[in-house]
Amino acid sequence: MAVLNVNPTRMELTNLKRKLVTARRGHKLLKDKRDELMRRFMELVRENKALRVKVEADIHAANTHMAVARSVMDEAALDVALMMPTQEMSLEITQKNVMSVLIPQYDAKFKTADANDIYSYGFAFTSADLDEAVGSLSDILPDLLRLAELEKSCQLMAAEIEKTRRRVNALEHVMIPQYEETIKYITMKLDENERSTTTRLMKVKDMMLEQAHHYEQ
Amino acid sequence: MYKVAVIGDADSIYGFASLGLQIFPCVDPHEAANTLRHLAQEDYAVIYITEALASQIPQQIERYHSQPIPAVVPIPGVKGNTGIGMAVVSKTVEQAVGSDILK
Repeated sequence: MAVLNVNPTRMELTNLKRKLVTARRGHKLLKDKRDELMRRFMELVRENKALRVKVEADIHAANTHMAVARSVMDEAALDVALMMPTQEMSLEITQKNVMSVLIPQYDAKFKTADANDIYSYGFAFTSADLDEAVGSLSDILPDLLRLAELEKSCQLMAAEIEKTRRRVNALEHVMIPQYEETIKYITMKLDENERSTTTRLMKVKDMMLEQAHHYEQ
Repeated sequence: MYKVAVIGDADSIYGFASLGLQIFPCVDPHEAANTLRHLAQEDYAVIYITEALASQIPQQIERYHSQPIPAVVPIPGVKGNTGIGMAVVSKTVEQAVGSDILK
């Protein structure tokens, strides 16, 4: 690992040591964040998969009813029956903070409170299969919304996990070793300087003594 | 207040209209991509799109994965389940974990 391009001075050493401490703490925190995010993510994604299987089966069933309705009623009558929906849905979104990821939570609001308002037609001229189809779709709706909520949460969390993982790896494999190496390099350099100063002083002392007293070693 | 939209071929999505969802029937992938873009700019929080169409415009859908709003969710249409929806979930797992461990 490359040593950073810094001057081997005492000040630089203190700075680097401080940075190393921060990097280590950041690394630990980010690692914890990653692990917790991963745990939550696995929970959500398991639920997501199970719900998707259920919703897909339910939609298939509803579509079967719809197909039957389509075959027993003529096209125009069906279009007329479904042309003017009486029910109207809107969503209220609240956000929940999970490890700094804001995941959405949907709350459905309907224009009319009556559950039967999903049938936008009179029952006289339509097939019972249409009622079945619309009824089963309306049963699926809460699951569909929950599915959207889960999938969005999973996508957002996956992006955040990826980001956090990259940061953890960068700190663990690049930043921290780099700081450690540089600190080692500066320490060695400073020690070396100290040793050379000591030897120089000893040598000078010898020379001075020899001059003053004509000592022979 | 946000709204919910459904994009897909008319046969697959007609039923949703009676529940109070806004439906946008179309069969052409280009048109679907345009509709999706317009809806994402307006106040639609959830956009359901049939798998048949979703499989033809994966990039346009993927763009919204990192944004909090809207959620674009593939649903099976009348032609049956193509497995695209599950593939999207698996892809998310792959992104987060590195490989799909829930197979």
